[in-house]
Amino acid sequence: MSYDMVGSQLIVKLSGELDHHTSESLRNKIDQHYSAHNLSNIIFDLTDLKFMDSSGIGLIMGRYKMCKERNGSVSIVSTSPYINRILKMSGIYKIIKVFSTLDDAIKG
Amino acid sequence: MVEKSIDKNYMKLEFLSKSSNESFARVVVAAFASQLDPTIEEISDIKTAVSEAVTNAIIHGYEYGEGIVVVEAKLDGNKIEITVEDFGKGIEDIQKAMEPFYTSKPNLERSGMGFTVMETFMDELIVESEVNKGTKVKMTKIINSQSNKE
Repeated sequence: MSYDMVGSQLIVKLSGELDHHTSESLRNKIDQHYSAHNLSNIIFDLTDLKFMDSSGIGLIMGRYKMCKERNGSVSIVSTSPYINRILKMSGIYKIIKVFSTLDDAIKG
Repeated sequence: MVEKSIDKNYMKLEFLSKSSNESFARVVVAAFASQLDPTIEEISDIKTAVSEAVTNAIIHGYEYGEGIVVVEAKLDGNKIEITVEDFGKGIEDIQKAMEPFYTSKPNLERSGMGFTVMETFMDELIVESEVNKGTKVKMTKIINSQSNKE
């Protein structure tokens, strides 16, 4: 995982596998970063993610609630049909914008 | 020349209910399933379903301590049958547990999607559970691989 900040947006670039095991530590790191820098929005870049199960949905939904409390938003960058399938199944598309490039997500 | 065909095969895996074993378990089952020549999508489906079942066993089954998770897989023709079993606290109300978005652990940011994912990605899902005895999840998937179609 790597971070980047653009204005008040935290860009979280995930790689490898996102499951229950990896999401536990990720959650703490993301939250620390988010509050330490007083940010409002989070962009999850899932382009390099190889695997995600419903724990990933839980992680994203949790950050969505956190950002909402600060009047911020969460968006996702994803191109993998496989990741998109599980995102779609979760109904996350109804509340979170999904972009196919990071530039588009930054512009909103 | 040896003809490539799969009749029946079986494997069993036992491991401690540590979250670090989730990846290990799904990769083992996926590697075993690859004997059926599945597509990348079918392999993804199996990996995800196994990951959900194993995560459930670890988080819910062994909520109060570590135990053993048993994963078995059977190949029969073009069908794979996978069981994930724990000997933990069991599920009181299976129907409720299987409802989409229901979670007994919202504080852990669980999405409540586990069983829905298993149902969607596999062809059949059977859940058996007894309180204080454990839970057994049985999932079946038909693999429509190239060599099976020929």
